[in-house]
Amino acid sequence: MARLDSPRYTILFATAVCVVCALMVSVAAVSLQPRQKANARLYMEKNVLLAAGLVKPGQDVSIGQVEKFFEKDVKARLVDLATGELAPEGRIDARAYDQRAARNEPGSSRTAPPNTAGIGRLPKYGVAYFVMKGGEPQQVVISVEGLGMWGTVYGFMAIDRDGQTIRGLTYYDQKETPGLGGEIGNPAWQALWVGRRAYDEKGAPAIRVIKGQAGPADKDPHHVDGMSGATITSNAITRLTLFWLSDDGYGKFLKRFRERGLG
Amino acid sequence: MNKHNREALLAPILANNPIGVQVLGICSALAITTRMDKAFVMTMGVLLVTMLANVAVSLVRNHTPGSIRIIVQLSIIASLVIVFDQVLKATLYELSLELSVFVGLIITNCIVMGRAEGYAMQNPPLASALDGIGNGLGYGLVLMLTAFIRELLGAGKVFGFVVLPLAKDGGWYVPNGMMLIAPSGLFIIAGLIWLLKTLKPELQDKD
Repeated sequence: MARLDSPRYTILFATAVCVVCALMVSVAAVSLQPRQKANARLYMEKNVLLAAGLVKPGQDVSIGQVEKFFEKDVKARLVDLATGELAPEGRIDARAYDQRAARNEPGSSRTAPPNTAGIGRLPKYGVAYFVMKGGEPQQVVISVEGLGMWGTVYGFMAIDRDGQTIRGLTYYDQKETPGLGGEIGNPAWQALWVGRRAYDEKGAPAIRVIKGQAGPADKDPHHVDGMSGATITSNAITRLTLFWLSDDGYGKFLKRFRERGLG
Repeated sequence: MNKHNREALLAPILANNPIGVQVLGICSALAITTRMDKAFVMTMGVLLVTMLANVAVSLVRNHTPGSIRIIVQLSIIASLVIVFDQVLKATLYELSLELSVFVGLIITNCIVMGRAEGYAMQNPPLASALDGIGNGLGYGLVLMLTAFIRELLGAGKVFGFVVLPLAKDGGWYVPNGMMLIAPSGLFIIAGLIWLLKTLKPELQDKD
């Protein structure tokens, strides 16, 4: 079989295999992308509901149910991070707003002030989801992100109407080491944050992930249990949480929320 | 179905089980057997990829230059795995997040590559397809069995349905936490391999 082993035939055959394989992969990737994007969005919004405690971890939630929540109980708005004011409704659809894309667009973002959370650019607007009851906001869900050990981690944090007490937390997109830092995705660890206090008496961001175990939320309100074997991830979570609670992040908005609610 | 084809399909399920007898594909079997739904999706992935890769490799087997046959097989397998991963993300998004890298790692699953090189290069497409299905089923059998034991003892559930109500939810069962971490997977799989070799002494290695 000399023909099969000739260099010319080998190169031709290799090229043909590459073209066919590339075609197959790109057709699949392009044709499935809209559904993947819809799934990713549904997943993100489900995590807003998870942080707010409106759905339970492990619960199956359909698109219809998520829509219902967002029609009735959850109001998506945008916050101008620099001033803490709410952006006027209607100009940009808050639910369709893509904070990750906005942060990379020069027109809708700026260079972040020096920080330890690994945040390079800040979007002009950050999302805020108000959880309503009888026309009054009960809590607000803000987005938190920052550099973990292996990549950027994305999450949501729910803060009570008092602008202070943490009501829930999720990390829904992260690449931390499974079983160690990856435990930030574990609902059991996330539940440890509930009831703890984000700011100290002077109003400075104060919550941190410590080494070892923290006390109960009422006695030890500013500490959360660390994850063994995941010091880097634990410290990263502390840094990014402090950043988003500070005036560079949602700090101004949260003060305003405490004083005036939605108004 | 003639004898050759039937053997291609049935032999890998028990008598020549890829995990139990050939000890291939162990790594993924440890990682994703904490829940039966994860194990099932993984089984389907390996089954489909092994079958389709076998068919494709078999179709071009008489035209493939020997010097590049391994990389040709790898390209075919890798493309199929990427397509499967994309389909998973479009249909079972949350499960695909939990399986994370392990779907991509089907590419390096020794079973897939082993069947392409060891079987499909010498056999016609139909027999190769059956061999792929058989090996997928053999892999899946061990995976599902392991996942059944781990999910039942580790979380008191089968396919996500509560079978043993947990003490912390008001039931009586205190789950075995070890079942949720990787070492338990090894104990179970090693146990299964031992069982298979004890029941079928002809499979034991002679030294």
